[in-house]
Order: sequence, then C-alpha cells, then structure tokens
Amino acid sequence: MAQTAGGPSEENPWGAAPGRRRRKLTLDRALFMTVFLGLPVAVFVIFVVVPIGQALFYSLTDWTGFSPVMNFVGFDNYAKLLDDETFLKALRNNILLTLVVPLVTLVAALAIAVVVTTAGPSTGQVRGLNGSGFYRVVSFFPYAVPAVVIGLLWAQVYDPAAGLLNGMLTGIGLDGFKDYAWLGEVRAAMPASMFVIIWASIGFYTVLFVAAIKGVPAEIYEAARIDGAGRFRTAISITLPSIRDNVQTAYIYLGILTLDAYVFMAALAPGGGPANSTLTMSQHLMNTAFKKSQFGYATSMGVVLALVTLLFAALVFVVFHFAGGRDKKGDVR
Amino acid sequence: MSTVTLDKPVAARSEGGRRTPGDALVAGTSHTMLIIWSVIVIVPFCWVVLSSFKTSKEILSSPFSLPAEWSFDNYASAWTKAGIGTYFFNTVIVVGTALVLVMLLGAMCAYVLARFEFFGRRVIYYTMLAGLTFPVFLVIVPLFFVLQGFGLLNTLPGLILTYVAYALPFTVFFLYAFFKTLPDDVYEAAMMDGAGEWRTFFRIMLPMAAPGMAGVAIFNFLGLWNQFLLPVALNTDRDNYVLTQGMASFSSQAGYNVDFGALFAGVVLTVLPVLVVYLIFQRRIAGTVSTGTFR
Repeated sequence: MAQTAGGPSEENPWGAAPGRRRRKLTLDRALFMTVFLGLPVAVFVIFVVVPIGQALFYSLTDWTGFSPVMNFVGFDNYAKLLDDETFLKALRNNILLTLVVPLVTLVAALAIAVVVTTAGPSTGQVRGLNGSGFYRVVSFFPYAVPAVVIGLLWAQVYDPAAGLLNGMLTGIGLDGFKDYAWLGEVRAAMPASMFVIIWASIGFYTVLFVAAIKGVPAEIYEAARIDGAGRFRTAISITLPSIRDNVQTAYIYLGILTLDAYVFMAALAPGGGPANSTLTMSQHLMNTAFKKSQFGYATSMGVVLALVTLLFAALVFVVFHFAGGRDKKGDVR
Repeated sequence: MSTVTLDKPVAARSEGGRRTPGDALVAGTSHTMLIIWSVIVIVPFCWVVLSSFKTSKEILSSPFSLPAEWSFDNYASAWTKAGIGTYFFNTVIVVGTALVLVMLLGAMCAYVLARFEFFGRRVIYYTMLAGLTFPVFLVIVPLFFVLQGFGLLNTLPGLILTYVAYALPFTVFFLYAFFKTLPDDVYEAAMMDGAGEWRTFFRIMLPMAAPGMAGVAIFNFLGLWNQFLLPVALNTDRDNYVLTQGMASFSSQAGYNVDFGALFAGVVLTVLPVLVVYLIFQRRIAGTVSTGTFR
C-alpha cells in the first residue's frame, strides 16, 4: 500500500501530473478544495483532535476540573491505576466481555447470514431459505432501538418478581427461578449482561454479512455446487474467505463496543452490579470524572481505554493477517 | 472438459423444482432455529407494548396478563408529565440538523479525499480513520471544557456540532469508498463542458452518489437518534434533554416509585420512530453495499 508515499511526487504534488487524479491547480479548484476540506476538517480538529491532545495532557496532571489549579504529576495517575482494585476489576470485566461477546455474536450472525442467503434448495439458482427476508428484518430490529432502552427493557425482563424471564421459567415449571435476581447474583450478572449485548448486536452484523455475501459473484457459488460442494463446505471454503475483510471489520467494531459497553451496563446495572461484577472501565471513568471530579485521574483511564482498544484492533489485524493470506489491496484503505 | 462441465448443470436441472430430502432437513432445522431466535427478539417488545397499556399496579401484581382495560393514560403521562414530548422535540431538532450537516460535510470531505491528489491527503484520511477507533471516553472530559469554552455547553447547537464531529469519520470512511467507484469519464466530461468544480460536485457527482448517501444517512440517523453518552456528559440541562437521556433519568430518578406504566409507554414512544424509519428503509439498509447479485 501507499506506493507513492514519501516518493518525490508526494513532495511536489502540483508539478508534472503523473497520477490520474492529479490536476492543475486553478483558483477555482483551490477555493473548492479549501472550502470542501476546510469546513469538515475544522469541525473534526476542534471537537475530536484537540480534545484527544488535551486528554493526553490532563492525564499527566492532578486536575480536579473546575479550579484552575493543575499540577503536573507525570505518570503518577497511571501508577495509581495499577493499584486501583476497582479499575483492575473493571479492566478484567471488559476483557472478559471482549473475549466472549464478539465471538458469539459473529458466529451467530454469520450462521444466520449464510442460511438466509445461500442455504436454500440445492437446485436452481443459489439462494436463501424461503421467507428469509422476514428473519433479516426481525433480527436487525434491536439495532434500531437505543441501547439505553434495550438496557432498561432487559432490566425489566430480568426483574426478579415481575420480570418476563422468571415468569416464563416458573411458568414451565422451573420454580427454582422464582425471584431469582439475574442482575443481582455475582454468578449470573455478567452472563446475563453479555446476553443482552449479543441479543442487541447480532442483527446488525447479520445485515452486514448478508450484504457482503450478496456481493460475492453468483458464478462462484454455482461453480462450487457443480463441483459437488455441500452447504457447509461452501460456507467454509467460499463464503468465509470471500467476506474475510468484513468479518475482520466486524470483529474490531464489536471489540470497540465491548471495551466501552457503557450504555448497556449503565442501563442494566448503574452501580456496577453485585461485587462490581459488571462494572466496566467506562463506568468507573464516568464516576471518577463527573462524581468525584478527579478529572486528571479519569482521563488517564480514558487513555488506558484507548490504548487497550488500539492494542485489540492491532491484534485482530495481525491474527487475521496470518490466519488467511489473501492478497492485500493496493490503495489507501 | 466442456462436456463434463456441461453435464452436471443439466443433471441438476432435471431434478429442479423438487426438493431433495437434504434440502428439507436443512430448511427445517434452519427455520426452527431462526423462528426461536425471532421469538427471543420479538417477545420482549410485545411484552413492553402490552405492559404499556396496563396500570403500574397491574404490571407489578400480574405481569403477564392482558391489561384489564386498554387505556392510553400511560402514554399521556409519559408524554406530558415525564416530559417525553419535550425530549422528543429536542431529539428531532438535534438529530435532523446534525444529520443534514454531517451528510453535507462528510460528502464534501470524502469527495475531495477520494478524487483529488494533494499533499496531506493520507494524513487527513488516516486521522479520520483513527477517529473511528478512538473511544469517546478518551475525550469526554476535555470535550466538556471545549464546549464550555465556546459557551456551547448544555445547548442544542453544541450538541449538534459534537454529533457532527463524531459522525464525520464514519460518514467520510464510507462515502470515500463510494466516491472512489464513480467513473472518471463523467467528471472529465463535466469539466470539458465547463461546469467547474462546484457545479460538477453538486449537480453531477453528488446525485450519482445518492444511493451511498442514503445508506450512510440511515445508519447515521439510527446512530444519532440512539446516542446516549455525549448528551449525558455534555447536555445536562433538563429542558434540553434528548429522548435517550430522558428515558434513563425517567427510570432512575423515580427510584422505588417508578411509574412502570409510563416507563413502558416511553419505551414504545422512543422506539416507534426508529421502527418506522427502519421498516421503510430496511431494503435500502440491506442493499447499501449489495449490488443484488442474487436474491
């Protein structure tokens, strides 16, 4: 990638035009590009880039926010994080979420996407199950619902006394679940919360994969069928490699979601659950910043959160790179 | 060679129309699993809709029965007393304005990045891309003070600008790919006819990108409508609350005296607009990336 980066043409972009999109700079064009780039980039820099820079600085101070007093304390905040049992617990919770949720979500979403696109009758055109449109519409729907509302809704479903879940379980004779507090037991709170995130995410990734699979030329599937490949074999050997990039992107998205997980967790268990069993870094950060006003310390948590996220993304890239050696695309991407 | 490849499709076609036992088995299993999944998705929503017509007492005493009488009292009290009406209005203003702005700015930025070669192009592109991965939590504290500095803290314009800034990377990233695929010939032809950059963009390139714009706009709408963290931290004035905030405070503030009926009604009112948008555009959502090779 980036063949021309650092090359001579990059230093003198307005010289002789070797690239096909390199054109002479007229006044009209210069004005056009300035306005078109300037406005969005200005908004982006003011509200995203500058705050990131400030965050890095604040994290090295003992700032409490509303007073101008701000002492530079170096990496003290980060050292303090290593001794903060609550933060470490939250970090472990986030890692647990990131190990379980993306994997389950992606496997389920891939299975549904494969079934609704290519698991139809083995004769005639390659197509999905009958009525697959219905499943697609239904399973995407939770994505359209605000995460807060999903959290509130499931908090009601999990309600020990008046909740839907216990009502159904006792209804089919499992009386052991009468008044069982799904979000109040250390053992159950985390799995129950994970289920909510998975429930909410599967649909979106199903739609993503359905679109990707539909982008695979039908001839490839027909060729595979002519060669005698069954559905499972086709899914593993044709579909999966063809949408590898989408799976990778989805994995990273889901990882970002679970390393944050704030909205779901805050709506399900605002206090962090029993014995902090569902507390996330993001919740701890918000408490530290906006309840305890330890802004410097809180931003150092934000920096750690960002670093963990980047590390995760890099890890996924490396794993996917070695897991399957498909050719890389040449352009900036 | 050619006879072999010809033979099999013919053989396949000869049994066409009839399903093999394997087909039936796969179809049966898949349908069963998918129906179970659909039930798990749908039932909680049905339960909420049902509960929204009950009184709070009914919800607590007999959570699974049908409402004794179907009344819209919960909706009325959610809309007026709990302020859902005001929050709804705020959300429409903020999301509507932010959506128009982010689509315009995003298209402009993506267009220039995708179709012009200039110094710093990659830097801008990769910075935007990085903006997609950085958690908002990294910046939430500084952002608070940036907005305060501009006097935009706790105002709707401040929230709109923040929404635009944080939806921009996603928009640029996807429209970039879209503008890249548009044919160069059209652009050259427009230039040749003396259209100039501005007219070429607004009259020719932007309309050509309409399918991509629509797809991204739908995703942005859903994302912005459902946004929670930014308003919670940056928009703490109760009069300016958006729906998601209103819902969260609604359930937590009332403590043990939660008006469950109104809570469920509020959930329905929050979900309804997104449900409508989703049902109208679900084909477009699925088709945004797809070219409909087979369906």
